Amino acid sequence: MAKKVTRAYLDKVRRDNARKDKKTISSIENAADEIYKKILKRGKPAMRFPVRSLSNVSYDKRKGYLEIGKARKERTLTVNTVKGFAQTLRMMGLSRDLVRSNDFATKRDVYYQSKNWEDAKFEDQTESDTVMDDIEALFSVDDVSREQLRFVPDEHGGAVAGDLVVLDPDIESGEVERIDCTRFGSGAYTIPTSVEHLSFETNAKFVLAIETGGVFQRLQSHKFWKTANCILINMAGVPTRSTRRFIRRLSEQAKIPVYAFVDCDPYGISNIYRTLKVGSGNAAHINRFFCVPNATYLGVTPQDIIDYELPTHPLKDVDIKRAKDALKNDPFFKSKKSWKSAIEQLLSMGVRAEQQALAMWGLNYVIEEYLPRKLKNPGKFLP
Amino acid sequence: MPPTKSPSRKKTAKKAAKKTAKKTAKKKVAGKATKKKTSRSPSKKASKNGRSSKDSHQQADLFSRSSASDKKKSTSKKKVTSKKTPAKAKNSNTTKAEILAAKQKDISVSEFFAKNRHLLGFDSPARALLTTVREAIDNSLDACEEAEISPEIYLEVTAISEDQHKIMIRDNGPGIVKEQLPKIFGRLLYGSKFHARKQTRGQQGIGISAAGMYGTLTTGKPMTVISRISRRKPAIEVTLAIDMAKNQPVVKKEREVEVDWSHGTEVHIELEGTYKKGKHSIDAFLEQVSLANPHVELTYINPVDEEPIIWNRVTKHLPEPPLEILPHPHGVELGILMQMMKETKSRTVSGFLCSEFCRVTPNVVKKVREETEALGKDVDTDRQPRRLSSADVKILHKAIENTKMMAPPTNCLSPIGEELMAKTLTRNFDPELVITVTRQPAVYRGNPFQVEAGIAYGGELPGDDLASIFRFANRVPLQYEQGACAITQSIVASPWRNYEVQQARGALPTGPLAVLVHIASVWVPFTSESKKAVAGYDEILKEMRLAIMEAGRKLATHLRKKRRLADAERKKDYIKKYIPQIGIALQDILDLSDQQRTGAESKLADVLERSRKM
Repeated sequence: MAKKVTRAYLDKVRRDNARKDKKTISSIENAADEIYKKILKRGKPAMRFPVRSLSNVSYDKRKGYLEIGKARKERTLTVNTVKGFAQTLRMMGLSRDLVRSNDFATKRDVYYQSKNWEDAKFEDQTESDTVMDDIEALFSVDDVSREQLRFVPDEHGGAVAGDLVVLDPDIESGEVERIDCTRFGSGAYTIPTSVEHLSFETNAKFVLAIETGGVFQRLQSHKFWKTANCILINMAGVPTRSTRRFIRRLSEQAKIPVYAFVDCDPYGISNIYRTLKVGSGNAAHINRFFCVPNATYLGVTPQDIIDYELPTHPLKDVDIKRAKDALKNDPFFKSKKSWKSAIEQLLSMGVRAEQQALAMWGLNYVIEEYLPRKLKNPGKFLP
Repeated sequence: MPPTKSPSRKKTAKKAAKKTAKKTAKKKVAGKATKKKTSRSPSKKASKNGRSSKDSHQQADLFSRSSASDKKKSTSKKKVTSKKTPAKAKNSNTTKAEILAAKQKDISVSEFFAKNRHLLGFDSPARALLTTVREAIDNSLDACEEAEISPEIYLEVTAISEDQHKIMIRDNGPGIVKEQLPKIFGRLLYGSKFHARKQTRGQQGIGISAAGMYGTLTTGKPMTVISRISRRKPAIEVTLAIDMAKNQPVVKKEREVEVDWSHGTEVHIELEGTYKKGKHSIDAFLEQVSLANPHVELTYINPVDEEPIIWNRVTKHLPEPPLEILPHPHGVELGILMQMMKETKSRTVSGFLCSEFCRVTPNVVKKVREETEALGKDVDTDRQPRRLSSADVKILHKAIENTKMMAPPTNCLSPIGEELMAKTLTRNFDPELVITVTRQPAVYRGNPFQVEAGIAYGGELPGDDLASIFRFANRVPLQYEQGACAITQSIVASPWRNYEVQQARGALPTGPLAVLVHIASVWVPFTSESKKAVAGYDEILKEMRLAIMEAGRKLATHLRKKRRLADAERKKDYIKKYIPQIGIALQDILDLSDQQRTGAESKLADVLERSRKM
């Protein structure tokens, strides 16, 4: 079943990585050089950042993610911006050093690193996070991701269980760690912060991305992945970047669909599912890496609340606001008629239901009835 | 601490008072119940509104001491007025009411006070001390100002024990002649300037004699007064107690003493009271007095601090004495109007209106008459005032309200003034900036008034606290009920954030701020009898807001300019600070030589310096 990673493949990964690193370094150096040359010409150097807001985001059905628009804002080096400019350049220098020494730094690491930068140091982490977001946006134009800049998120990824072998090569030694996700007993494999070097072996038919730990735990301990021949992933709320990237790479490499199973409320729909599928609105410059266009929405749908007579809670004001905002401003939902009517249905019902509400019909109702019944008709899932 | 009125005036007022007392007493016999009602309502209203004219004798009767005491002791009113009834009724068959009435007897003001001291500001030991000081300072200031002497006041509060203190206050006023001394300090409600239609400090309490009595009541020690009227005469020291049943002074001791001052009055009172710091303290009160009275020289020794606190005067000139004016018809209440018409000497309504109100001419009276017609009843203004039925007076009152007439004269007000307010604020707070605004006089309900605002900013004022608020009505500090006061409300309602000052929603501004607001008026409207908070009439709130906003805008200009300068300074720093960092980063990324780096740094510094100057 499991394929061996060949030397040729390893070489390819190494070459790929080397190529990417080179690109990262040259991007950084080009940006710095441009600034340097401008200074020599007694001009005012400038950096151009993509505008990061919903107004500069569009949804392209063909591409399948929220895409950042063409709007750029230029930050010219003036007396007012000189501090931010210096800090941005110093952080770019740090990134280049990280790539060259094949190391990485979390947001918090970077903040502490800056304490060496004398006057350019950051007073608190929000400052350094902002500059990091700026740099990420700046280089996203060159197709360089944050991970390639060697800045990794602090948070770890979700949990994975099921018919999947993750191949985790140690690029130094060439040894490949084979991680069998069926062999974690009652536990699960944790998605690492960086997933670019991983590859996968699986015969599963689909990925089930689950919002809550409770449902994941139930499906995992009853080995639902075996009966349904799938891979279970616990997103634990809004999926982190590495979780999204992991699911994306997994689904693309294995050519299998992803089904999202979340609470039926505006948060589950417009925050968790939307972010998984097409990326987030305020970090649209990276969505092309961090979206899962293969994902569809299994449930819980507003119609399920009626069909399965689920117990509900009334929608709160924030829920209503969020749902209305999705209908009005979100380019993704605006382009999907079925989503529009589903959200409108939810609003008119004025209630929400959690995944675990299915337990009303028996603790294992979700395994024995709900999911099998739903999975008979994946074509009917919301897009 | 002399009283504020000349002795001769007092006597006439007294006689007049007796007369009315008899008159009303006689009337009582005829129709007790109804008469009581009618006689009470106007006097009650009158004292509530506190408006009358010292000049009109009829008014003086109405507001003589008996009615004043009525106000202070509504409970005992009945007993005072019905005093003479039993005697008249004795020869006929005695009814139950008459038997009961026989038991009722006069309660002296002093006795009343002894039993109800909480009504007069002596309810807690801390308050007793403050009330005593307030009365004493009031007396001294009034005495000096009336004699046109720049006041110098020396106040010492010494602790005898934790809850007993001795207050010594000395002023450089005109002094008091020997004969008057016991009356002034040994009786309650003597010689007050109760209600004059001019801007006065006003009655804040019951007087210094009450404080002396409180002292005697709580410590058993009589009050001592030393007064000297001239360098050529010796100072007289009198030790006084009050015969509470008779409201008469009892002179315990009287002698000549040596003093090192040429004129003035010195009072010693020992009383039960505790000394406290804080918003309602003597210290805070004196601070406020010094703010609103730039002409006062004040030395204060409290029982806690070693050093005396001294507020030097910032001007030698006394404030312009406020002028007395006739009431404006738009401010008169129906009850007062009725009373005035009953007691006027004018033979026609027209003459009455013209002579006892300001801004009324025969022409205005004609218009008033037209208005009465418009209201459905032509009231003949040539009739005798007292012949008008009460229904007619009602219509007349309404018609007056409906008639347009000139606003009252406003030259009767005596504001502190922008310059002097600025000086006292500077002296007290040593701030970075002072702004003062004195508005033009305005009118509410026929009463002229004038609002002033002052802001002190920065310096030693604490930056993290809510602004300190200093409220004044006719130069008198208001220390209690801050939240209920129109002054506080208008400060809260002002858009401080527009003036570069922090302000939480619905709260006072935060920052190194002291805000002073003064309302001067012939008649300041208070929210209650206790005169602690100014009532929020629209016109008053508006003037206050305008004053505060005008000052606020000036503050904003200053703060913006200051920020701009600081910004420019910081930016200059920025260039020095961050350009080397850009150099370091470029050198690091592009592997530049040191020479290349410094070259880039100096070029960049050049460019930025040039752009900053432009």
